[in-house]
Amino acid sequence: MSRMKVEEKALEKTKMSGALMLIEALKSEKVEVIFGYPGGAVLPLYDKLYQSGVFHVLTRHEQGAIHAAEGYARISGKPGVVIATSGPGATNIVTGLTDAMMDSLPLVVFTGQVATSVIGSDAFQEADVLGITMPITKYNYQVRDISELPKIIKEAFHIATTGRPGPVLIDIPKNITTAEGEFDYKQGVHLPGYQPTTQPNHLQIRRLVEAVSQSKKPVILAGAGVLHANASNELREYAEQQNIPVVHTLLGLGGFPADHPLFLGMAGMHGTYTANMALYECDLLINIGARFDDRVTGNLKYFAPKATVAHIDIDPAEIGKNVPTKIPIVSDAKAALQELIHQQGKPADTTAWLAQLNEWKRRFPLYYEDDAQTIKPQKLIEMIYELTNGDAIITTDVGQHQMWAAQYYKFNKPHRWVTSGGLGTMGFGLPAAIGAQLADRNATVVSIVGDGGFQMTFQELAVIQELQLPIKVVIVNNQALGMVRQWQELFYEKRYSHSLIPNQPDFVKLAEAYNMPGFRAKTEAEAMEVLKKAFAINGPVLLDFHVKADENVYPMVAPGKGIHEMVGVRPCGELSQ
Amino acid sequence: MRRIITMTVNNRPGVLNRITGLFTKRHYNIESITVGHTEVEGISRMTFVVNVEDERTAEQIIKQLNKQIDVLKVNDITNQAIVARELALVKVSVTPALRQEIYTLIEPFRASIVDVSKDSLVIQVTGESEKVEALIELLRPYGIKEVARTGTTAFTRGSQKTAAMHKTAFII
Repeated sequence: MSRMKVEEKALEKTKMSGALMLIEALKSEKVEVIFGYPGGAVLPLYDKLYQSGVFHVLTRHEQGAIHAAEGYARISGKPGVVIATSGPGATNIVTGLTDAMMDSLPLVVFTGQVATSVIGSDAFQEADVLGITMPITKYNYQVRDISELPKIIKEAFHIATTGRPGPVLIDIPKNITTAEGEFDYKQGVHLPGYQPTTQPNHLQIRRLVEAVSQSKKPVILAGAGVLHANASNELREYAEQQNIPVVHTLLGLGGFPADHPLFLGMAGMHGTYTANMALYECDLLINIGARFDDRVTGNLKYFAPKATVAHIDIDPAEIGKNVPTKIPIVSDAKAALQELIHQQGKPADTTAWLAQLNEWKRRFPLYYEDDAQTIKPQKLIEMIYELTNGDAIITTDVGQHQMWAAQYYKFNKPHRWVTSGGLGTMGFGLPAAIGAQLADRNATVVSIVGDGGFQMTFQELAVIQELQLPIKVVIVNNQALGMVRQWQELFYEKRYSHSLIPNQPDFVKLAEAYNMPGFRAKTEAEAMEVLKKAFAINGPVLLDFHVKADENVYPMVAPGKGIHEMVGVRPCGELSQ
Repeated sequence: MRRIITMTVNNRPGVLNRITGLFTKRHYNIESITVGHTEVEGISRMTFVVNVEDERTAEQIIKQLNKQIDVLKVNDITNQAIVARELALVKVSVTPALRQEIYTLIEPFRASIVDVSKDSLVIQVTGESEKVEALIELLRPYGIKEVARTGTTAFTRGSQKTAAMHKTAFII
């Protein structure tokens, strides 16, 4: 054979279609599962997927696919992968992309696009996906040439999973998936404009160590950044070493053990009295991986007014964005905490401060009145906690049930809590449970949803049934859009404009329609009974709990108020001497 | 507070959209943007003039720009010795009788006439925004038919150290 022919042969070996390249790239990235929905523009890709051995979950709506990928990413720490077709397929994932962007979840999303020759001609199922998703992704691409495809996929996985994680979208025109090109996936990623700082600046760490040693009332506010960095052990070690109490944001729950004596609970709008008062009274606030969301800070005027603020965040743009910061530390949470533990400065003298906090904890705990004749939603969450030994993965929608789950399920371990925080997406909980269960097959997954949100994505019951995922779907049914109803009661003179839904479908029959067992409960005793039954079944179960309909989430910081101005706080027990 | 921010970016499709989208999303007020190639192939330079309320907003804008993957370097050059220029083309209604007057008027501005017709003139002027503004005001009484302005483009003077903010060593 002539030399030229040998070279041609070698070239042939690596030549393949765009669709095949994508499959090969996903294999190289060790992608375990893809969530998707086929359509015209991604048909060449689905054809190659057919016998590829790659596990693909067909959800019943693209929104279900992307929320499932979010649940998978949250539990596994790996990027969730989604495929949707062009136009309507792509626009159906917009909510999930925004959700993942707000909560910093690593996703790699592939959308089909019409062929390059007709882009811009308003072709069938064409949408400007690049333009639509630009502000709601960490980065996005449109592939214009087959030769770029391997490089783009490699960059996408790199961008999604490094620095502050986030969703990356790749829009692939149909003709690119059928075009042939050379596949080289061994090249490194070269992005001069993207170099996240992961190691802390020593001078700033020094400043924080100094500030701690001089502080009398320090508090750590820990966010999801701790979980993304797998830094729960370090957080615990540091807090114990320095004797500093910890409060969590909604998304950070599980980063610090809820039953630890230094834990004060969740902060913010529906946080504990102690957590919020600690933020109000502290003289040093150490924010680790939280972005000072307005649901945590309340009115900024009254947020940590007496404190020196230190902020550890991998995203420099978060530091000083909402709260002026004295000690900025751009770093991965784990690296910063390791450095802080290593420096072992003189610990703060927090004896008096902790005594004060413990007094608040004892006197103003989370509180509700039990009532055996109905089901109190708080009690329901406590029963689930008890029956799962606090070890289940809990996914939720958004609203009252979400806040009760955050308040009454005690998360002692990381990566057990999957909720839509920043965007507050109804319909998130059920599909997220699918992803979470696939990420951890042995875990008990409980999807706690409201009767409102459940009806936004309940078609994904089909997937749960089909894959026989042993998810327990718990509907906290108050025949209302509970949180909307609560706000209307408190701030709109009980004018319940379109928030009450007295005519709900029969959810038990719905479960039967999807070939899964369904149970209903209306009293506390019944609730316990059906929960026990459900957890004894090794398969999917749907549970419809008719809870006390006019129950409100307390305590609460009204919008516009400072977090020290909570309502619904009741003292319990006597003041100690 | 008027700020002049310059940056170098990858010359990729959609980059300008990405940057202006960021400004829109975060409610930053842009006065002008200019974009053009640099001496390096594949890298463009943008000059922004923005109006911000305070230092904190300016800092946040720079951080958000730095966060963009296609952005290589950002500089706030407002308080440095800079060369800033804008170009404007002004079409003025002028009868032949008034032409000489216009010539005399624009001369101190080192502006030039780039097109003449029987009832109008096109004047080209370059300089800092204030100078361009001043000339336009002087020409206004004659009857301005059209104005086309480029917005400011700028960089720092060669004879000073630039306090460049590199992305990789970005510490507040």
